[in-house]
Amino acid sequence: MTLEAPSAPEHPLAKEPVLSIRGISKGFGAVQALTDVDMDIYAGEVVAIVGDNGAGKSTLVKILAGVHPADAGTITFNGRPVTIPTPAAARALGLAIVFQDLSLCDNLDVVSNLFLGREVGDFTLNEEEMEKHSWTLLRQLSAKIPSVRIAVASLSGGQRQTVAIARSLIGDPQVVILDEPTAALGVAQTAEVLNLIENLRERGLGVVLISHNMADVQAVADRVVVLRLGRNNGDFRIPDVSYEDIISAITGATDNAVTRRASAHESHEGHTS
Amino acid sequence: MSKNSSETPAELAADIRDERLIRHEGIAGAVRASVQRVRGGDLGSLPVVIGLVLIWAIFQILNPNFLSSNNLVDLTMQSAATGTIAIGVVLVLLIAQIDLSIGSVSGLSAAILAVGMTQLGWPIWVAVLAALAAAVLIGLLYGILYTRFGVPTFVITLAGLLAVLGLQLKVLGPNGSINLPYDSWIVQLGTSMFFPPWAAYALAIIAALGMFLSDWFRSRRRIRAGLTGGSLSLMLIKSGLLLVLLLVAVWYLATTRGVGVMFALFVVFVVIMNFFLMRTRWGRAVYAVGGNVEAARRAGIKVNRIVISVLMLGTLFAAIGGLFATGRLTAATLSSGGGDTNLVAIAAAVIGGTSLFGGRGSAYSALLGIFVIQSISNGLSLLNLDSSIRYMITGAVLLLAVIIDALSRRSRATHGQA
Repeated sequence: MTLEAPSAPEHPLAKEPVLSIRGISKGFGAVQALTDVDMDIYAGEVVAIVGDNGAGKSTLVKILAGVHPADAGTITFNGRPVTIPTPAAARALGLAIVFQDLSLCDNLDVVSNLFLGREVGDFTLNEEEMEKHSWTLLRQLSAKIPSVRIAVASLSGGQRQTVAIARSLIGDPQVVILDEPTAALGVAQTAEVLNLIENLRERGLGVVLISHNMADVQAVADRVVVLRLGRNNGDFRIPDVSYEDIISAITGATDNAVTRRASAHESHEGHTS
Repeated sequence: MSKNSSETPAELAADIRDERLIRHEGIAGAVRASVQRVRGGDLGSLPVVIGLVLIWAIFQILNPNFLSSNNLVDLTMQSAATGTIAIGVVLVLLIAQIDLSIGSVSGLSAAILAVGMTQLGWPIWVAVLAALAAAVLIGLLYGILYTRFGVPTFVITLAGLLAVLGLQLKVLGPNGSINLPYDSWIVQLGTSMFFPPWAAYALAIIAALGMFLSDWFRSRRRIRAGLTGGSLSLMLIKSGLLLVLLLVAVWYLATTRGVGVMFALFVVFVVIMNFFLMRTRWGRAVYAVGGNVEAARRAGIKVNRIVISVLMLGTLFAAIGGLFATGRLTAATLSSGGGDTNLVAIAAAVIGGTSLFGGRGSAYSALLGIFVIQSISNGLSLLNLDSSIRYMITGAVLLLAVIIDALSRRSRATHGQA
């Protein structure tokens, strides 16, 4: 209703968004977590969703993941309106979600984690096929995992995140949603994950990156969608926008489309904080 | 990317290309690797095996009859019933739940079998099926209660312990004790059904051959997939050792009565469950649910179905164990499945190396654990020590096993092998 999000920004790679949400609302009891949120994801681009704590980022992810149902609004995937009632439905559509808290089984090895829930094999597991596929996938991602037969618990944080991201690719998804993938990582490990995100974009996937870290967002994202108090509060292309603009959109220092456009197109002047 | 690597010898197999990986090749490498694993806290079944050897040595010194063929045959037969119950406990512990009613369920199955056979005149197999069906229904009920209402299984099965015990008394009726006809096969199975030596030798050879073939086929499949295969000599040594061990055991037991059919059935159950746990989708899901239930759910595993199936298997094995025990005692009584059955079965699973915290352990822990507990109990009764001492020592051993479990967890964490 308020913002320019529906008018899809002129995108070089695709005309039709692969994933498009319109007017999504969600309330938890007395709290309205999301109000009328719109967003488009195109193939081969990285869209960052940013916002303060409580802005509704995680709720949006959970709706797309099929964890919570939306109260209102439509989700369109590849031009088809869809509903996502369960996590399995999200996966079946081609939406892969890498959750913040990793969702790996520490007691299982890398291969078992990668293929968890979608093991290869008829009656007995086809471990050899899975192991081979694991190596292929990890090499494509230039991932540095010494062995796929060691328990995930023994991997470093970056390696674990790599496994979590690699796992999302097993079902050949079209859109990968990463919830705070660099939150608990060191500098080198963060760089590894950012490389991985660029790798996903090069493979033509739509990538949604949820992050608090503006440096990460500016490093890899093509576009940034700002949520504030459960509403859209800006949709910028990264080359057109400065760090300060994003921050002011997150904190609400600029609160209408006019000042935001002005600050995005001209050199920033009209905002105070 | 990694394909065709088996055709170009210059290129390494897909799983050993990372130069940081410490490689262990050949027999010396395998020995080195296992020493390193143990140092890192991945003790596997080593403490249990060492413990068992120690226990056997001590009791043999205290009483030279302990390692006699006759007593070892007794030991195997005593192990079969509670060991079978312990298989179910292992499964339930693997998903980080617990079933405290296994003793009552085994007692109920004994009561149903006895009443069905003697008072209702059912054929034995009907009575057996009825007993197993009742147990499976109890497990199903637990599963539904747990998945629907989220009550911890600890509490559900504690309630079940009492309720099922009541059911057992009700089924047994006022007599409180029913003797089984001595010529029925279930009693024969428990007391006097032994393999002739040639059959036992054949089984031993089949087991070793089966292990070799399974290793060999796996190695072939891995090489075909462009991965490293195992070393043939290592496979031969492994299955050769197993063969020698089994042949010696069979020979020694055969000097008196031989290998009991009931004990062999118990071992077969262990092997079957190990297969399902290690090689099937269901088994993988069981470990995943025990390791991180939320991750399992997000991966699309139907957690409720896994939990219900495991709880049903837990009570099913409890019932099978109860039937074995009835056959061995030739009677179902008020105290069938009572006393220490519950704790011995749970202790066996834990002592055998199944973690109380879920996700870690194997079907073989039922076999190893019950040997340890039963050896202690058998050895102490040979020394004419009564059950007060036996309980205290079993309790101490259980505590020791849990401490080893906790310590090796910590060590695994520091050595990056958790």
